[in-house]
Amino acid sequence: MILGIETSCDETAAALVDTGGRVHASVVSSQADLHSRFGGVVPEIASRRHLELVGPVVRATLDEARLSLDDLSSIAVTQGPGLVGALLVGLSAAKGLAWSRRLPLTPVDHLHGHVASLYLGPDQVEPPFCCLLASGGHTLLLDIRRRGSFDVVGSTIDDAAGEAFDKGARLLGLGYPGGAELDRLARAGDPDAFAFPVARVSGLDFSFSGVKTALLYAVRGLGAGELHGRRADLAASYQHALVRALVERTRAAAAGLGLTRIAVVGGVAANSGLRAALAEAVFAPPDLCTDNAAMIASAARYVLPVPYPEYLGLDAYAAATG
Amino acid sequence: MRVSTSSPEETERLAALLAAGLAPGDVVTVSGELGAGKTTFVRGACRALGVRGRVTSPTFTVGHRYRGRVDVSHLDLFRYTGFAAPDWADLEPYFEGAVCFVEWPEVGASWLPLARADVSLTHRAEHVRELEITAEPDLIERLGSGRA
Repeated sequence: MILGIETSCDETAAALVDTGGRVHASVVSSQADLHSRFGGVVPEIASRRHLELVGPVVRATLDEARLSLDDLSSIAVTQGPGLVGALLVGLSAAKGLAWSRRLPLTPVDHLHGHVASLYLGPDQVEPPFCCLLASGGHTLLLDIRRRGSFDVVGSTIDDAAGEAFDKGARLLGLGYPGGAELDRLARAGDPDAFAFPVARVSGLDFSFSGVKTALLYAVRGLGAGELHGRRADLAASYQHALVRALVERTRAAAAGLGLTRIAVVGGVAANSGLRAALAEAVFAPPDLCTDNAAMIASAARYVLPVPYPEYLGLDAYAAATG
Repeated sequence: MRVSTSSPEETERLAALLAAGLAPGDVVTVSGELGAGKTTFVRGACRALGVRGRVTSPTFTVGHRYRGRVDVSHLDLFRYTGFAAPDWADLEPYFEGAVCFVEWPEVGASWLPLARADVSLTHRAEHVRELEITAEPDLIERLGSGRA
């Protein structure tokens, strides 16, 4: 039984996953009941919040599965990329727990974690396949030939896809992050009402900075009075543009790699427009799309654990190494 | 000083001129609304400092740290609604031993180290941006001579 811990960004998360990929418990701090149990006015991003939550979240996870630390074979933790202070909270907690039980520790790359969300539960995806990883922080096209590894064949040169959704929502007055709200608003709009050309960059890379600026100009051009009545059309057209860019490049990547199967992971995999437009793809289950620790424990199944006590010197890393 | 650029490439070149005068420990703030070209500016500066990999928006993770000829940190405070001591504790490591660029610096203004240059970008037309740069005299001189 592997205990996974994830604190790379906003979520404090823990999960228990067995070697076969069955999730025995998965707790994410933004879940409503945890908010009421451990809530309070704390900064969203600060490491202090992870520090307050990591203990209770691990405890809640063990309780949910009716297991104890005695049942663990190893501990897995996100080492990067992410905010260094946030990562260090999870890494230090994992080191402490592993050290106290003389358990091995497996450092996991957050991006490999997202891919490993496909290797959980009863319907696991088997390589080879082409994977679109699209989240608030990353947009990658991956060539996956075996579990535990991937080659990056394309990525964003500026903004991540999830960031484009969230910032578009902000321009439409939906708050931040509002990617999910933009998705809802888009359902009531006309996707062809506005033309938002997405810049075509060479190869299999993405660029989402320009389309965000195009939305800004459209919003400004309408003025406050007219804007309100056209928000759904703007949302639908903007989403349509982002989704089209994602779908075109993903299909091109799969074809170029000679892969017939496509999978989508990361927070953007929850977008209804993308799900409809890329109907042939396998999408990660909705609760495993956004940051969670089940995917981290899952990824650890394909990484060599670091034996006790060698891992005490491990450090977090800020930037993607790929 | 106030200058206009008429393409992202020109914005990157201007940033490169500024970056050539920077050393680890230096801070540059980069402000402007969504789509004004802040990340483009930082990308140009990163290239001049020897960063070869992707320079992408750090909005979601708040910070990137790159290795070039010197270390370069790229911060983005867009997601902060307030800023206090624990937030500074999270970000301080990015300022150590690196040239540090900070997008959306306003919310952290009272906590950030004094900047050697403050850059503000404004949309003027589709590709035209106006940059207002307040900087120490040696940096302004570099920008002036590079454009002459």
